[in-house]
Amino acid sequence: MHELALIESVARLAIAEAQQRGAEAITAIHLRVGSLAGVDPDALRFAAQVVLADGLAAKARLEIELVLAQAWCSPCAALFDLEAGLSLCPRCGASSGELRCGRELELAALELLLPDQPEPAGCAAGGAT
Amino acid sequence: MCVDCACGLAGPGPSPKAGLNVSQKASSSPGFQPPAARSQALSLGLRLLAHNDRQAEANRVRFAAAGLVAVNLLSSPGSGKTALLEALARHNAAAAKPVALAALVGDLATDLDAARLRAAGLAAAPITTGQACHLDAAMVDRGLDALEAGGLDLAHLDLLLIENVGNLVCPAAYDLGEQQRLVLLAVGEGEDKPLKYPATFASADLVVISKVDLAEAVGFERERALANIGAVAPRARTVELSARSGAGLVELMALLG
Repeated sequence: MHELALIESVARLAIAEAQQRGAEAITAIHLRVGSLAGVDPDALRFAAQVVLADGLAAKARLEIELVLAQAWCSPCAALFDLEAGLSLCPRCGASSGELRCGRELELAALELLLPDQPEPAGCAAGGAT
Repeated sequence: MCVDCACGLAGPGPSPKAGLNVSQKASSSPGFQPPAARSQALSLGLRLLAHNDRQAEANRVRFAAAGLVAVNLLSSPGSGKTALLEALARHNAAAAKPVALAALVGDLATDLDAARLRAAGLAAAPITTGQACHLDAAMVDRGLDALEAGGLDLAHLDLLLIENVGNLVCPAAYDLGEQQRLVLLAVGEGEDKPLKYPATFASADLVVISKVDLAEAVGFERERALANIGAVAPRARTVELSARSGAGLVELMALLG
């Protein structure tokens, strides 16, 4: 159960980014968690309720994107999903230790609330996307 | 480099999932309605364990400078990590050409394991983690300092054995800078254990089936266990070992070299 420490790390990184940009609040925190990262998303959510209770991220919603582990099958020259962690290609049955993803533990993105700033005259409509 | 599955590992081309949906979804906090014009989406991709990974890299440099091989031992509590280290120490001391061994021993609350290893003639320093369920790279760094403070010159070591906290989940996520990761599976734990804890077993370079002297008594199904290890950790080498009888120790020492 190191989810508490991980969320503390999330809070540190997120608040530093938000402060650097002068944000009033963090409205959303997006995490990416691999299926072989050894982390329980529910435990992360529970820890977040405690760790993020005060401060800039107090009202942020936590979005956790689960990344299913995938490995490379050489005979098939294709990726396959590691269902239940099994490193066996479902097409040909070959085993593969070439893990391509599934160990991610990332702060993928933030949504920030920035203070109102008056738009420069003449730039209010249209403009680049 | 992952360009195929959009999993976010560094690689050319934008990842379809890396971008963030900028549109404001319904907030889970009632009454909180930020104006869309004032919100900003920020793509980051920061690794949560970056701090540990940097220290692990520093440990790797320290190990390489000392010319030693570091091995991270993982298992559930009671699978025989400490008994294995004791047996290795005794086997090594009696060998024609002993290698220079030392151990770092992670434990939640006591230094009993380190005391056991010192009694077996092994230079050992405890890492008491308190509430932490795993070792991290910084703890290993401090453990190395403790070994040196005890008069050990790392440059004279061949092999450093790092006994992690007994836990088959959390330690898998923490790189300690080790060259080899060894996971133990005791015969009494059940042949399905690799399937139940794939994250840990998949990270193993070496799987030791321990307590094989008890295999018959507990009805251990060897073929099924080996098949399950192969299914989650196809690249790992496997050693069947008994710390009590000494079976498998020669083979293991050769692989740890």
